[in-house]
Amino acid sequence: MKRFATLLTMLAAALGGCGGGEDGGKPRLTVSAAQSLQGAFEDYGPRFDAATVRFSFAGSDQLAAQIRQGVRPDVYAAASTELPRRLFEEGLVEEPVELARTRLVIAVPAGSAIGGVADLAREGVELAVGAEAVPVGAYTREVLGRLPGPQRRAILANVRSEEPDVAGVVGKLTQGAAHAGFLYATDVAGASDRLRSIELAKRLRPRVTYGAAVVEGAKEPEAARAFIEGLLAGPGRGAMRRAGFSAPG
Amino acid sequence: MIGGRWFTAVQVGALGLALAFLTLPLVAIFVDVGPGELLSSLDDPGALDALRLSLETTAMALALIVGIGTPAAWLLATRSFPGRSVAITLVELPLVVPPAVAGIGLLAAVGPSGVLGGAVSSAGLELVFQTAGVVVALTFVASPFYIRQAQAAFGALEPSLIEASRTLGAGEARTFARIAVPNALPGLLTGAALAWGRALGEFGATLVFAGSLSGVTQTAPLAIYERFSSDFTAALALSAVLVALSAAILLGVKLAAGARVLGDARA
Repeated sequence: MKRFATLLTMLAAALGGCGGGEDGGKPRLTVSAAQSLQGAFEDYGPRFDAATVRFSFAGSDQLAAQIRQGVRPDVYAAASTELPRRLFEEGLVEEPVELARTRLVIAVPAGSAIGGVADLAREGVELAVGAEAVPVGAYTREVLGRLPGPQRRAILANVRSEEPDVAGVVGKLTQGAAHAGFLYATDVAGASDRLRSIELAKRLRPRVTYGAAVVEGAKEPEAARAFIEGLLAGPGRGAMRRAGFSAPG
Repeated sequence: MIGGRWFTAVQVGALGLALAFLTLPLVAIFVDVGPGELLSSLDDPGALDALRLSLETTAMALALIVGIGTPAAWLLATRSFPGRSVAITLVELPLVVPPAVAGIGLLAAVGPSGVLGGAVSSAGLELVFQTAGVVVALTFVASPFYIRQAQAAFGALEPSLIEASRTLGAGEARTFARIAVPNALPGLLTGAALAWGRALGEFGATLVFAGSLSGVTQTAPLAIYERFSSDFTAALALSAVLVALSAAILLGVKLAAGARVLGDARA
């Protein structure tokens, strides 16, 4: 695998160094971020002075898999602390920090009559959830794991699609294809006129914490560190707050 | 003479570069996964389900495409009528539309809250989250590959062949079935193979329109994407199977078409 990664890296370099480099005097920063961070990060990007930022949004697990295959963004930001921690243990990213928190909620189209977890188990209710490997899907299964067996099984039997990232779940709900799904409160806020969120009972709520790290071998490690610091204390913090994220801890 | 040699070198170099670029990723799949791993990955029931679903849905899509596309292509190839070039362009449109856009378009058209959503559901048809929805997505993205090729194949038929058939009193339908289709068969088969390959590789439209659920809507490419993050070896192995399948059908059709052409030459 290594050989091919090297070969592809060389090929990419030969094709014009498409990753990173200077851009009008400013360094160019590549940020691989969880799909659920898109709104907040696109708000923050232009406010970040130290570099021109380019984003790659996808499921956190897909982005982690890319890093394992030799892709080298400067920053990796995930919808869990677990994925960055594992990359850190594999020596692929620097020590991760906790970035922000949000809540997992039941998301339904704006006019829906669904009112809570019990409704999700009803026959004929069609659900779109995250696939098991993507954080939103893992949190969803954490919630379901805390429900009584028959209710959990009834809800799982209503799952019609396992989407690779939150964008897939949002799309299925806004298009009226699915009746309900599990999303982050911040995703629902981002589609406020079309989706409504239903809070989960406290005992069901998983702890949703985002983690970020500078990628080992990043082309712009200084700007990468500044980007993450800006999210915790600088202009990024406001962008995160506007998107509905709360401070970590 | 020297100039000619120089240009030949450029051509050979360009072809070599193109071949290396186009085959490298496919070869890499086989370098990274040994035959043992490939076989053991097929023990994964999810992977087998995905492959079976891919074969079933692509077969159904291909039947629709060939059944409707062949007479449509015959009309486009043999008649001139107002709006013909517009029709040809419209048929080609899915070629340049991004697959995810195709999926969104299908949702907006025949999804539950789509323009024709009411008509579709009152007809008792369920597409979203259903295997039938996968077939619809595949048919949409793969049709142009067949219709274009079929139109070209019909268009390349010797006009005297068609004329002779008509002169001998065969009706339009009979000419189409007995003369045009058999004589255009190599081109039709090639078009079917291209459409089949495109359908087999379909990802974006299927995911957006039909969703992804093992055994129902998760075709092999969707299963590969899911495994990319959780089990890279399994993703590679399933990819290897898809590459082998696609190569086999392409080769098979080329051989069949070649054999037919040779057979005709002998006759």
